[in-house]
Amino acid sequence: MEILVPILTAAVRSGTPILYATLGEIVTEKGGILNLGLEGIMLLGAYAGFAVSYSTGNPWLGVAGAFCVGMILGLVHSFICVTLKGNQVVSGLAMTMFGTGASSILGRDYVGVTIEGLHRFPIPLLSDIPVVGPAFFRHDALIYCSYGLVVFLCWFFTSTRQGLYLRATGDNPRAADAMGISVARTRYFYTMIGAGIVAVGGAHMSVAYTKMWAEHMTAGRGWIAVALVIFAIWHPARAAFGAYLFGGVEAFQLRLQAAGTTIPAPILMMLPYLMTIAVLLFISIRKGKGIIFGAPAALGLPFFREERD
Amino acid sequence: MRLSLKVEPRLETSRLLGLMIPVLSLVSALAMGAVFLHFMGVSPAKAYSTIVRASLGDAYGISETIVKAIPLTMVAIAVMLAFTMLIWNIGCEGQIFMGAIAAAAAVRYCFVDNRLVMFAIMFVLSGIAGGVWAAIAGFFRAKWNVNEIITTLMLNYVAINFFNYFIYGPWRDPTSLGFPMTPLFPDTARLTCYCGTRVHAGLILALLLPLVFWVVLRFTRWGYEIRVMGENPKAAGFAGMSYVKNVVLVMFISGAIAGVAGMCELSGLQGRLQAGFSGGYGYTAIIVAWLARLHPVGIILVSFLLGVLLVGSETLQIVMRLPVSSMLVLQGLILFFVLGGEFFRKFRIRIVTGGGHRASPEALKEGE
Amino acid sequence: MGTPDPSRLLVRMEKITKRFAGVTANQEVDFDVRAGEVHALLGENGAGKSTLMSVLYGLYRPDSGTLTVGGREVSFSSPRDAITAGIGMVHQHFMLIPSQTVWENMILGVDGLPSVLPKRAIHDRIEELSQRYGLAVDPDARIWQLSIGEQQRVAILQMLYRRANILVLDEPTAVLTPQEAERLFETVRQMTSEGHGVVFISHKMAEVMGLSNRVTILRKGRHVGTVDTASTTKEKLAEMMVGQKMVFKIEKKISSPGRPIIECESVRALNDRGFPAIAGLTLSVREGEILGIAGVAGNGQAELCEAIAGLRRVESGRILINGADLTNSLPKKIIDGGVHYIPADRKGTGLVPNMNISENSILKRYWNKPVSKRGFIVWREVFSFARDLVSRYSVSTPSIGTPVRNLSGGNLQKLMLGRELSDSPKAIIAAHPTWGLDVAATKFVREQLLAARDVGGAVLLVSEDLDELLAMSDRLAVMFKGEVMGVIENPAGAPIEAIGLMMAGTRMEEAFASAGKEGRSA
Repeated sequence: MEILVPILTAAVRSGTPILYATLGEIVTEKGGILNLGLEGIMLLGAYAGFAVSYSTGNPWLGVAGAFCVGMILGLVHSFICVTLKGNQVVSGLAMTMFGTGASSILGRDYVGVTIEGLHRFPIPLLSDIPVVGPAFFRHDALIYCSYGLVVFLCWFFTSTRQGLYLRATGDNPRAADAMGISVARTRYFYTMIGAGIVAVGGAHMSVAYTKMWAEHMTAGRGWIAVALVIFAIWHPARAAFGAYLFGGVEAFQLRLQAAGTTIPAPILMMLPYLMTIAVLLFISIRKGKGIIFGAPAALGLPFFREERD
Repeated sequence: MRLSLKVEPRLETSRLLGLMIPVLSLVSALAMGAVFLHFMGVSPAKAYSTIVRASLGDAYGISETIVKAIPLTMVAIAVMLAFTMLIWNIGCEGQIFMGAIAAAAAVRYCFVDNRLVMFAIMFVLSGIAGGVWAAIAGFFRAKWNVNEIITTLMLNYVAINFFNYFIYGPWRDPTSLGFPMTPLFPDTARLTCYCGTRVHAGLILALLLPLVFWVVLRFTRWGYEIRVMGENPKAAGFAGMSYVKNVVLVMFISGAIAGVAGMCELSGLQGRLQAGFSGGYGYTAIIVAWLARLHPVGIILVSFLLGVLLVGSETLQIVMRLPVSSMLVLQGLILFFVLGGEFFRKFRIRIVTGGGHRASPEALKEGE
Repeated sequence: MGTPDPSRLLVRMEKITKRFAGVTANQEVDFDVRAGEVHALLGENGAGKSTLMSVLYGLYRPDSGTLTVGGREVSFSSPRDAITAGIGMVHQHFMLIPSQTVWENMILGVDGLPSVLPKRAIHDRIEELSQRYGLAVDPDARIWQLSIGEQQRVAILQMLYRRANILVLDEPTAVLTPQEAERLFETVRQMTSEGHGVVFISHKMAEVMGLSNRVTILRKGRHVGTVDTASTTKEKLAEMMVGQKMVFKIEKKISSPGRPIIECESVRALNDRGFPAIAGLTLSVREGEILGIAGVAGNGQAELCEAIAGLRRVESGRILINGADLTNSLPKKIIDGGVHYIPADRKGTGLVPNMNISENSILKRYWNKPVSKRGFIVWREVFSFARDLVSRYSVSTPSIGTPVRNLSGGNLQKLMLGRELSDSPKAIIAAHPTWGLDVAATKFVREQLLAARDVGGAVLLVSEDLDELLAMSDRLAVMFKGEVMGVIENPAGAPIEAIGLMMAGTRMEEAFASAGKEGRSA
């Protein structure tokens, strides 16, 4: 217990940015658009969140700013993928490069600056539950929002009309189109919303987690989120599990370093990446045996109505 | 009368259009980049003129551009080969690092005081290291359909940490005053440099590889197989081609080229492993391959062009105090605009006047 | 809606013209639908039926022409507008989401639903509609679990759910057994008796004659005529459809089958989802004969072809080609063993759309001399081979450097046929070889397959067109759920009812007994 609680707490804290990014990507991919630009979007989100919080003194405005920046990047991605029918993989790579570069130019004056950021806000009663309390209910409010988002998305996908239309668009755009659902509008909207959520994940890093800005501070978390979407089979609750698992590995690794282990730091730092590969491998091997349904069938494919065979 | 835009697929793309589109994409990207730089508080005129002056202004600048173009060309060929088969090798960065580690290991553990033999060993080892690194992702992809974009990328991070392990740990130069770097290579393990510049013998490989792969893809049976598999994997299976075997093979060769590029960079230029060894060549090469439309010879040209940007960005870092990664903005924009340009290659837009086809007031209301 | 008024015009299309890059699919076509009638739309493949209906359904915008619904001129920019106007369409390939349930599919794009879905009310309405029209479905089943016939019911219900009063059925019987088709006709009659207008797209003369009140015939995108069904005959319709006296007689020599070439022994294989698709199937095709495979789509025909061609793993059993056991051999070995496969999915499997004709022509021989030597492709030889194919199989193309994606369906099929048949092969598997082709190309393909048979080829012919199978096959096997229900000798003389029963899962002996005739088994 003594060791478990701090690791769990740290897992939730450091898993939250990945969780937001994974949830955002799930929303995007459900509509059939693959956005590999998470890394870039998170970085610009982290920058925007930090810069707005710094200049206004209000971290929530920072989060809102990050969401808006994410929406704009999502708009660019959907313009290229939906309207211009461009290659979604390449557009995502371009987004990553652009976001990495732009955030490092924009953030060059903020390096070394700290902000107050979001405070911890233990929830009365809930935070007193042994183990669960400190692990889940003694965090900042943005983390509590992520719990809400997970629950909301689970409900949204299965029980609402818009969620149904979104899934239809990702699974069979031709059919959705024939049933009077606007494929383009749906894809634009959810790509933007999804990118906004991803950017909030970035903002959590700078506004709540580290409370500072550093160049390339996401260090591959965007890519881990892309892998986690597959791990989660596009299900928000499993995404939470996966994100905390990764947060846990990271926390464990840091703790081990701090404890002065003989294992060299670079080797420990490989862990999250190696684990991503292992997870992906595990999922893919199971999928190969035909157990898993749930991936949007038209993921990554542009839709063009007047094309005839 | 009502005007509307109509998008139609093009049946053929003219040669002129085929050449104009990348050029226009590049120009638009630079224009857009200027706007961005302006809003980010950087004078675009100053930035661009600094870039051009630094990279093309004198013989030294040009030689430096060539120095950058060497690894870019090689890695872009690696990327191109995988992309031709529609395999996304985003992991060239890691493969470069692995190649360099292997070359350094060769120098450290099986040093031979004969330049030719030494190079043969370094060449083979770095090729195998990079190749195996890429083939892991290729094998997973072929066998269990594991998304190779993510595995190659994750392997980048692993490779870089692996590299860091050596330079911070067992291979660190005891005389480096704590800097993370290995000792300088002996001369026998260094590639020849020409004309007193830093242009090294890797240039020969960089010019040779595109030609070799042009011939391979156009004129050999294997090249034909690769192209069919990239265009239509189902048809490839139908024709009896082994997708699984070739994915692994192509990834191995692709990774091997990137590994050798890492070796050239190491032994031709830097002479030791040190932090920040490859400045993102693995990623920039993706742009090169796309801009050149996967054409091996086009890759040489585009590599030089992006070499200009890279040399420029290093100067910008010194002159205008911009972070190294700031040139990624331009690279990202170029990629965006190249993608946009693809649209005009594949589709044509016609302005249609609505003759005879009248719309009811109701429909007009619906339509906005 | 009031009482049905048979003369009331529901929809009127005037002078509709629609062009696709380079092709005119509809040229000034007129069409209308009245309340309470079945209006058949008749025409060959490629005559423009589906295009016209896609215009009506808002999927395509016409280049010119007017559309009037309920007396008002309208312009549809998307299916949503058409649905609002009361038009529903059941496509040939159903527009359903496989991973979702029936009730979820039902409400796709339905206006006026609350954001949080009222599942109970939706279920009730599905229940009510399916009882009224005799379309039984389980609202909670997922689409991929349903048979094709059930999926069609869902697709029709989908349209009734959104209160469509004009229903377009695009080739609805192509995927049904004769008995299922009869059930569908009952549903259609129920709908017209309530005042709905139904458009029935087909190229099957018998169904058109039996079901419709009026017929409109299209030919090469043009309107040929609209006639009352009661005042016309099959022959007249056929003549209007083809533009000449229909000579649908295949010149067929009597077959003289020799030893077995393709032999399947208790073969089992799975489909893409990992469920059994072929369940212990045994059959053989002999030298110099055509064995037809009949069956409703999705009963393992596609998987059988792929298993023989080595593109699908055989779980158990054996496949012998020309006496050699090639079960689960590499596809290349099977090709070298003499198996020539003409897949149904021409652009998806058989050809590489972005490559040109010469590159496609060597797809199955690029490792053989003379087109390839010591690992290199000898392009000079490739070009001459491609030129030869193009002229011998009359592929019409600007040059052999044209990407095959720019070829029409008929020319694609000629190119593929030439590639597969040019060196008088032993074993030929042809999957839906005439699907989507016009009469001339169909005739050409059939003649080529017969010619291959006459020089000793063993042909396995899979088709959904029962008329084609009856005319072409020397023997006919009927598949149901991955098994052969029986092999009919002399299929041309067999009763259709019996074949229909077999397609629905009755063994041959029983089927022939209940069809009232005796059949001879193989």
